[in-house]
Amino acid sequence: MRLAVPYFFIAAFVAFAALFMLAPTAMLAAQSVSGEHGFTLEYLEALGEYRYLVAFRNSIQLSAASALVGVIAGGLIAHTVLKPSAPEGLRSAVTSFSAVAANFGGVPLAFGFVATLGSLGLLTQALKNLGIDIYAMGFTLYSITGLTVVYCYFQIPLMVVIITPALQSLRVEWREACENLGATPGQYWRMVGLPVLLPSLFSSFILLFGSAFSAYATAYALTSGNLALLTTEIGNVLSGDVMSSPQTGAALSVGMIVVMVAVLGLSSAASRRASRWHK
Amino acid sequence: MKRLGVGGWVILALATVYFIGPLVLTVIFSLWEGRGHYGISAYITLLQRPNIVKSLLVSVELSLATCAALLVLLLPAMVFMNLYAPRLRPVFEFIAALPFVVPAIALVAGLSALFTGPEWLIGTPFYLVIPYFFLALPYAYRGIDVGIRAIDLATLTEAGQSLGAGMGQIIRLVVLPSLRSALVGSTLLTLAVVMGEFTFANVLLFHTFAVLINEVGQNAPTEAAALSTLSFLITWLAMAGVLLAGRRGGVQLSGAR
Repeated sequence: MRLAVPYFFIAAFVAFAALFMLAPTAMLAAQSVSGEHGFTLEYLEALGEYRYLVAFRNSIQLSAASALVGVIAGGLIAHTVLKPSAPEGLRSAVTSFSAVAANFGGVPLAFGFVATLGSLGLLTQALKNLGIDIYAMGFTLYSITGLTVVYCYFQIPLMVVIITPALQSLRVEWREACENLGATPGQYWRMVGLPVLLPSLFSSFILLFGSAFSAYATAYALTSGNLALLTTEIGNVLSGDVMSSPQTGAALSVGMIVVMVAVLGLSSAASRRASRWHK
Repeated sequence: MKRLGVGGWVILALATVYFIGPLVLTVIFSLWEGRGHYGISAYITLLQRPNIVKSLLVSVELSLATCAALLVLLLPAMVFMNLYAPRLRPVFEFIAALPFVVPAIALVAGLSALFTGPEWLIGTPFYLVIPYFFLALPYAYRGIDVGIRAIDLATLTEAGQSLGAGMGQIIRLVVLPSLRSALVGSTLLTLAVVMGEFTFANVLLFHTFAVLINEVGQNAPTEAAALSTLSFLITWLAMAGVLLAGRRGGVQLSGAR
């Protein structure tokens, strides 16, 4: 009898998750294969239509580009501040800032960039006064390129935070051993550092990919859903902005969940591989 | 200092420009009154908007309600799971990973397909507490989990029992105080994320703070910059609190983006 209270709380949490998280997901799966006359693959097959392929392609392009920039820039920043010669104050400032900025995003970030790089943004105007009209040169904040610039604002810090433990696990002894054997820093990185880091870098890339892939608010605030991304397409179906059946929205969501499951699976497989080198 | 090398300094300089630039320019932009004039007119116009206080209040209430839901529903379940049913850990881990796998926009699609009633549930903004609970779940779970692992719950509980304390006393006097910094961190992170959350509120048609910013931003960019400045302040204050509470790396992959 004394165990009744603890099990009540455990059961309540599990039931809550089942009702409001698992059940809606199952509902999406069921909805995506049910037509007027029962089971149908019509809606899942419709994902092959041109407009959804464009949305898939845009989403993948945006996520891959911002993840790639994030991995490289974030990796370099983390590497710079983790050097033993870097001042301690700098290291903790960058780590703290990254922890904050990685959680940043959404509508305020979007309008922060409108104020900076929008067509009336201060940086755009300043560059124009210098004779560089970036909008005339084809740049616009409301495109895949523009969104990539904005997404990097949370992708790079996210990278700094998730790669720091892996960089810290590169042992000083390895580097010293290389130096004793006469290796240059370039050789050290090519033959020891990067091969050891590779699974962690891959796992980070995949996680960053997923974080951009599932982002909706930033893209919506910048483009009002006019740029076809997977998330904004789902949003358009839900808010009735386009003539699509709810089943199409469900099918798109299922497609998205499948990608995210693959993301999680790949990244945890890669980090298991990375953990060989950690103690 | 010079040991960072030229490359190191270039990287840091570029990063500083990219990360500080938009913040500073947003503040300046919010003060822009046109034709070279600067002042606080955007902020004054904002105060005259009828909805602003109301939507800010809705967001604050939602943040607090979400924190309360985490403390009532998640915390006891995790403590009891660790004490009485450690075999259920994989189930908990699975649930905590779900919000990453099912992105916000997909969850909201599922919720609106599944729940079309009753009105007392889906008709009030507090309906949003349910999706926000899952939005906050991954890092609240991680934070509390790290906290619980750090204190060796089983030993502390046995020590308490052998001193004659009941379960209620142990939780109140031993478990909760040792989880304090984990709880403060999770709570503040939840506050910051819910204050800026847009996806669920926009699709489910509730007028929260982020929805207001978006609405204002469609035709009044300087006012939107002013609201974004306000939102930056809220986020940074909450995050400064998280860092002070000693929980680093509170990173969230399935966030309010």
